[in-house]
Amino acid sequence: MGVGDEMKDQLSFLGGFKLTFEHLSRPRVTRQYPEEKKPKQPRQHGRHVLNRYEDGMEKCIGCELCAGVCPADCIYVRGLDNPPDHPVSPGERYGYVYEINYLRCIHCDMCVEACPTEAITESKLFEFSFTNRSDAIYTKNELLVDDDGMPQKLPWEDWREGDDMMTSGWMRATSPSGSAAYEGEVQWSGELGYGVRAPEGGQSGRRNDELTGTKPLREILEAHLLDEDIPLAHRGMQGRLWRARTGAERNKKKMEATRARMKDLRAARKEAKAKAKD
Amino acid sequence: VIALDPLFAHGINWEVLVIVVVKVLLVFVVLLIATAMMVWFERKLISDMQSRIGPNRAGPWGLLQSFADVTKLIFKEDLLPDRADSFVFKLAPYLSVIPAFLIFAVVPVGGIIHIGSHVFELQVADPPMGILFVLAMSGIAVYGVMLAGWSSGSKYPLLGSVRASAQVISYEAALGMTVVTVVLVSHSLSTRAIVASQAHGFWDWNLIRLGYLPFIFFMIAITAELTRPPFDLTEAEQELVGGFHTEYSAIRFGLFFLAEFMNTITMSGVVVTLFFGGPDGPIPHFIPGATIFMPIIWFLIKTVAFLFIYVWFRAALPRLRYDQLMDLGWKRLIPMTLAWLLLVASVVTWHWRGLVMLPVVLVAAALLTRANQLGSGRSEHESVLPVVGQRVTRAVRPDRLVEPTGTGAPKGDGA
Repeated sequence: MGVGDEMKDQLSFLGGFKLTFEHLSRPRVTRQYPEEKKPKQPRQHGRHVLNRYEDGMEKCIGCELCAGVCPADCIYVRGLDNPPDHPVSPGERYGYVYEINYLRCIHCDMCVEACPTEAITESKLFEFSFTNRSDAIYTKNELLVDDDGMPQKLPWEDWREGDDMMTSGWMRATSPSGSAAYEGEVQWSGELGYGVRAPEGGQSGRRNDELTGTKPLREILEAHLLDEDIPLAHRGMQGRLWRARTGAERNKKKMEATRARMKDLRAARKEAKAKAKD
Repeated sequence: VIALDPLFAHGINWEVLVIVVVKVLLVFVVLLIATAMMVWFERKLISDMQSRIGPNRAGPWGLLQSFADVTKLIFKEDLLPDRADSFVFKLAPYLSVIPAFLIFAVVPVGGIIHIGSHVFELQVADPPMGILFVLAMSGIAVYGVMLAGWSSGSKYPLLGSVRASAQVISYEAALGMTVVTVVLVSHSLSTRAIVASQAHGFWDWNLIRLGYLPFIFFMIAITAELTRPPFDLTEAEQELVGGFHTEYSAIRFGLFFLAEFMNTITMSGVVVTLFFGGPDGPIPHFIPGATIFMPIIWFLIKTVAFLFIYVWFRAALPRLRYDQLMDLGWKRLIPMTLAWLLLVASVVTWHWRGLVMLPVVLVAAALLTRANQLGSGRSEHESVLPVVGQRVTRAVRPDRLVEPTGTGAPKGDGA
């Protein structure tokens, strides 16, 4: 190593100045969370729901398999024989106590896998909070779906559009029970008519984001990646065009959302005024 | 002191007193607000450099963030550790804050103003030993840090303050010597005279007159003196929790915080004064009627540029290890500043003939580099002297060569 190389090595820290200066003009990675929310992936695990059949019967048969499989020990179920004159579930027994403690739940979805009747599934909702410990325990009152088969939207929960549509659409990334023979097989009956998605590509690599509804969330980060990690279509002049296009689209959407919000606000204000006059 | 200031030339009456009080109050308030803005500026800029957004909730662009923080700090509970020395513990924050305020008193922020029959400088005070005052105050500020760590009665603050005092003392020498080079060409210790000596234009700035290097030395030394990154070992979060202010809370912690950021501002002002012509612009004041404001604007621009550089340091450079810090201070910075001081002094005395000092400096540099090399290559068990003696013996009387037989000493290869 020559003196020049050694000098270069010693002064390599100056690269940090260049890098940090370049970052001044790069797009920000931070999202303004409460105002600007990332789209959720269709496989997102959220708050549970207890499903019912179309005739209103509960799917839960009180078998306690979910409680048994739960690694966080957050589910408490007690089964009881169905009263013969007005049965709650089509089976022999039903879950008369069903509680989930959300301070313990890790949303691993093993209860969903264990359930023999698809009684318990997960919605996409994760934005809910409590002010004391006992509020964190959801009972059957909160977990059961309403008469349309939709999850209840409780006042302290922040539901976004489409969160409730995919409650039963959960699917293993590769195949049920890890058996390669079942790769790409849909394992859900989807009797409620919604929430069934195309299976994930799995290890065979037949990935189709449009079909499965998987959303690419990393676009904005590309400005922060190394050149070789960025797909060809997003590099150089082509990439610039693509960024301009998507950026314009994003801005348009943002403007539309703002306009809609303002409109709502104005309407609400008018309503309030009218009420005040009355 | 009084004779130098044109304000006191015709004696002291109530008008003069009012001017003095207004100047002091103005600097006090402006410094406080500037510090609040500096906190915002640093947080915003460093988040820009890390592709984040930074504070944006309080006020437009988060401008009121610091005021919100201060409000919170004032209303928080003020804790006094059980084992703390309560008097010293309460005194320490003020020992940090007051010097930070006082240093700015000698920084010239503008030109000379005439109001009626009064002539005064845009500077709180212009003592004949102005630049020494800066050094003295930054020396006193160490007491704040040291006493804070000691009086907390806890181990992390103590370690932090020991580090701080060692670091500041190490770099004070280099700092002092760069200041001496400036004083050598300015022929005065007064800050206003230093600025005046650079006032003839861009080429007379000390930055260029002294050959860039003293400025770089000064910048490194002052960053270490401020214990700002990459020299923030005194509050290295990963090692010392919070360093000397671990046990502090509420507004007492706020005072340390205030002192730190205020020092950054005042030291930027000092750098501008010493090397960048202070309030003097690179372009002469050609706008008529702007003679009052242009210098202030130039001063502000230059100071903000240095604040930017401090934040840039923080974003770009990782923290030094303690031995690297001491190496840089004692083995590099002090010899280099000393060498440059010798060069400048001899050139100032003998003009171009002063360059005879250059070979002396170069030889000394070569010797020191070799000594450093030997020192860093040496293992702990091996002493330097016997090896040197051996080398002489090998050259003169190889038959007399006796290998040293130390306990556990590794056999050197004799090179």
